[in-house]
Amino acid sequence: MKFRSVFDVIGPVMIGPSSSHTAGAARIGKMARQLYGRQPKWAKILLYGSFAKTYQGHGTDVAIVGGLLDFDTFDERIREAFQLAEEAGLTVEFIEEEGASDHPNTARIKIGDDESDFELVGISIGGGKAEITEINGFELRLSGENPAILVLHNDRHGAIASVTSVLADNKINIGHMEVSRRDKGKEAMMIIETDQRIPDEIMENLEGCEHILSVISISE
Amino acid sequence: MLFKNVSELIQAAEENNIPIAEVMIRQEVEETGKPREEIFAEMGRNLDIMEKSVEDGLNGVQSTSGLTGGDAVLLKNYMEKGNTLSGELVLDVISKAVATNEVNAAMGTICATPTAGSAGCVPGVLFGLKPRLNPTRKQMINFLFTAGAFGQVIANNAMISGAAGGCQAEVGSAAGMASAAAVEMAGGSPQQSAEAMAMTLKNMLGLVCDPVAGLVEVPCVKRNAMGSSQAIVSADMSLAGVTSRIPCDEVIGAMFRIGKSMPSTLRETGEGGLAATPTGRALAAKVFGPAAASKEG
Repeated sequence: MKFRSVFDVIGPVMIGPSSSHTAGAARIGKMARQLYGRQPKWAKILLYGSFAKTYQGHGTDVAIVGGLLDFDTFDERIREAFQLAEEAGLTVEFIEEEGASDHPNTARIKIGDDESDFELVGISIGGGKAEITEINGFELRLSGENPAILVLHNDRHGAIASVTSVLADNKINIGHMEVSRRDKGKEAMMIIETDQRIPDEIMENLEGCEHILSVISISE
Repeated sequence: MLFKNVSELIQAAEENNIPIAEVMIRQEVEETGKPREEIFAEMGRNLDIMEKSVEDGLNGVQSTSGLTGGDAVLLKNYMEKGNTLSGELVLDVISKAVATNEVNAAMGTICATPTAGSAGCVPGVLFGLKPRLNPTRKQMINFLFTAGAFGQVIANNAMISGAAGGCQAEVGSAAGMASAAAVEMAGGSPQQSAEAMAMTLKNMLGLVCDPVAGLVEVPCVKRNAMGSSQAIVSADMSLAGVTSRIPCDEVIGAMFRIGKSMPSTLRETGEGGLAATPTGRALAAKVFGPAAASKEG
């Protein structure tokens, strides 16, 4: 049963015109903003497949920028997202990519400010639902439907156990988990989807674990 | 789950002597663990959004591409002059369906029912029937739960997106959901709701998804008008005692198999059907430029 709630069918409330090209795109932008943790000063957005072909007519561009400004799919400010971004000091650039992508509705979002930058790849899978498939070069899958934490750590033995034991001690159940690394023995990334939001004090415990470089929380 | 298909849904309503809307509400409580009042209030907010979209569309909107907008106003003015062919009720229904889809195309706020492209049928039928049946707010919210129950069965046993199964899965599902809910609001039995849905969906079988320039505008807006008018006709047929020779669940099964065998050019790619006509391609070129139009087609 894919559709368990009546509100999957009568809903979501959203800014038109397309659940996949508009609402899903806004979700990808918002996940980028949440994972980055603050408002970026610049954004470079590469669009692939159907996103690249029809983004202007579907408002995919304003929807992604709206997401970067932390707007929800139903936030009417999405329509004025370009102007609001300019006012907020966010410079935006869109690039239509010719190349193929695994999924027809794919966006690669690069964002940053003077301190650091961040990159992710998101896909819009229909009905307003979206998934992240890559974060800072690490291939991972994140649905954004459940609370999750993103842990950057050294690729050493015990790093994963130290994080999961903190969660176990605090009776937090893991629904889905993935680990990805670019090179053996260097940096690696964990995505852990949990049943409940992780409180701030537990986030601090996690940051203090051995081999852990950073921890980011993403809510639903 | 209290029901997996239409026959279980009808059985649950008949055995407990409750309307379909009530079966849906009980299932939602069981599934989410949320209190009943909260679920009802959430659906009430969706109803308010739908009412606002209808109002905005009837005041006149225009999409960014320029392909759609303003037809809801034409229909409303024509209806108000009187002396129409299809009658005031049908024109009221379709003007409100078109209004919703025009607002969607113009990047307005809508409630997807079940998708954004098919968002006009359910509110079109609901708000078009409102002057005739004078429903209470509670009855209007129940209309949405009933439509949702049938939509959930289609979504889980077939598909509700044009990309997966063509327009039959999108506007076809929306029209079927609206007809079933219309029967219940008019005082019909749960079985009569299922008959209306079966008759609506049967007539939508095979409908392809072929949007010009890949946009949710042409022919989507007008297909919502046609879908919602069929919903009203099927509801009346069912209330008159006409039944479908093919049971509702089997019609959904047929829709699923037809959708699976549809080529991808006719499933929301903007590459076939009306999108591939000379005018369809010319419109795409006007909206996105000649390069984009050749990519599309």
